Amino acid sequence: MPDAVITIADLSKTYASGFAALKHVSLEIERGEILALLGPNGAGKTTLISIICGIVTPSDGTVTVDGHDIVRDYRDSRKMIGLVPQELTTDAFETVWATVSHSRGLFGKKPNPEHLEKVLRELSLWDKKDSKIMQLSGGMKRRVMIAKALSHEPEVLFLDEPTAGVDVELRKDMWAMIRRLRAAGTTIILTTHYIAEAEEMADRIGIIQHGELVLVEEKAELMRKLGKKQLTLTLQERLDALPEALQPYALELAADGESLVYTYDAQGERSGISGLLADLGSAGVRFRDLRTSESSLEDIFVSLVRDAP
Amino acid sequence: MNVEAIKAIYKFEMARTFRTPLQSLISPVISTSLYFVVFGAAIGSRITEIEGVSYGAFILPGLIMLMILTQSVANGSFGIYFPKFLGTIYELLSAPVSSFETVVGYVGAAATKSIILGVLVLATAWFFVPIRIDHPFWMLAFLVLTAITFSLVGFIIGIWAKGMEQLQTVPLLIITPLTFLGGTFYSLSVLPPFWQAVSLFNPVVYLISGFRWAFYGIADVDISISVAATLGFLAICLGIVSWMFRTGYRLKS
Repeated sequence: MPDAVITIADLSKTYASGFAALKHVSLEIERGEILALLGPNGAGKTTLISIICGIVTPSDGTVTVDGHDIVRDYRDSRKMIGLVPQELTTDAFETVWATVSHSRGLFGKKPNPEHLEKVLRELSLWDKKDSKIMQLSGGMKRRVMIAKALSHEPEVLFLDEPTAGVDVELRKDMWAMIRRLRAAGTTIILTTHYIAEAEEMADRIGIIQHGELVLVEEKAELMRKLGKKQLTLTLQERLDALPEALQPYALELAADGESLVYTYDAQGERSGISGLLADLGSAGVRFRDLRTSESSLEDIFVSLVRDAP
Repeated sequence: MNVEAIKAIYKFEMARTFRTPLQSLISPVISTSLYFVVFGAAIGSRITEIEGVSYGAFILPGLIMLMILTQSVANGSFGIYFPKFLGTIYELLSAPVSSFETVVGYVGAAATKSIILGVLVLATAWFFVPIRIDHPFWMLAFLVLTAITFSLVGFIIGIWAKGMEQLQTVPLLIITPLTFLGGTFYSLSVLPPFWQAVSLFNPVVYLISGFRWAFYGIADVDISISVAATLGFLAICLGIVSWMFRTGYRLKS
């Protein structure tokens, strides 16, 4: 039985407007994992995070953080959580140092300049500590928001679209930072639009659509289960139609007739490739090149979201 | 009790005040002082004493109240409105901070600033008008209680306001007229009986009357009523604030 740090049970949220943003979501988040939540805009990812952090009141259901109910024991549950929201919302006139010190205090922690220095150094913000936030670039402000969330040494970190609008360099930095945090035992929940990011970072992936948790799965398992492999053969001579002998195979002739695409189950014990190649030879079909490809998380995501009702 | 959070909010708010000393401290003191320079020293000499107190000295308690009221409301409302406006309120809402601690932090800072201003105006007035304080304890008590109560009023407005206009409207359209008509510049006894009766519906009358009594021992209404009224307003404000937090009114969806 894995050790769940956050347990979400039958959580629903209907806003005053009548919009049902979350419908009966249940989920266990394991201690120390990186969970990526994927889903189209408006799917309910931010609502889910906001409820766990105490910004939105749930309509129904419960959430516990390390056994502490987020409503009844909000002090104990919130102390454990750091939140980096999606919007860049910062004070303008405060210095970086003042704002991270303020955040630490809000979470009930005694001042600890050494810890704050460490956080700021890790985020390459140390030389900006006396700058006013409004003087910083967008990427720097994003770092400030992360520093605020880390100021009180949270055990669980929520990153809502952490790399939206962030340049490649900073994105790499953030990934490295997330890995360091994870290595130190922090549980990380991130939402993202960049599927490559989830593929790169996550241990498990959850997909939310229309307020429902469509699926939660180990990333590797998900890729294995839903991923398809394809073998593409570039032919020496054009074919007008598939030879009779090859009909039983899941083969597709490209429109130009110059290549054959064979789709097979990555999970299957037998790919059927050797049989196919033998039959190709006996049918007199010769090829000059072959390559295999594997579907990416993006393909899987797109097909899931498209196929869902 | 999350004492660190109270300290953090209080410090943050006080830093905001001292970052802009001209606007936050100097300008309210100067604009209030202008009243007793003009009415006290210049015109006041031509106005007869009221119950043995020179006109300049008579209006001082009302003027301090006027400033405390407007400044408390302004500070209390801006302090909570801006995080809401900027979106930085997310941090407060997600922090392990109770509503009580939030209010102590924000309202405490707003009231502190008003009290500092009140003391500054009082010190300035010393140079221009003859002042005496018969009941220093009650003078301080009224000062502190009024500052807290109206910082709470501001806090409520700050949570309620959906835009800058609402934020400015209440102080300008309600607080200022009530103060001017609440006996800052006159004793209620100079009014015709009908308007005297109407004035008693003005809550500010009780504050100014009590405050003036603390200075000179003269009052429009009995001091015990003033004390009761001040405490009553405080209780009402506390009730509204706790309702707002319990329901998440305009803070949480």
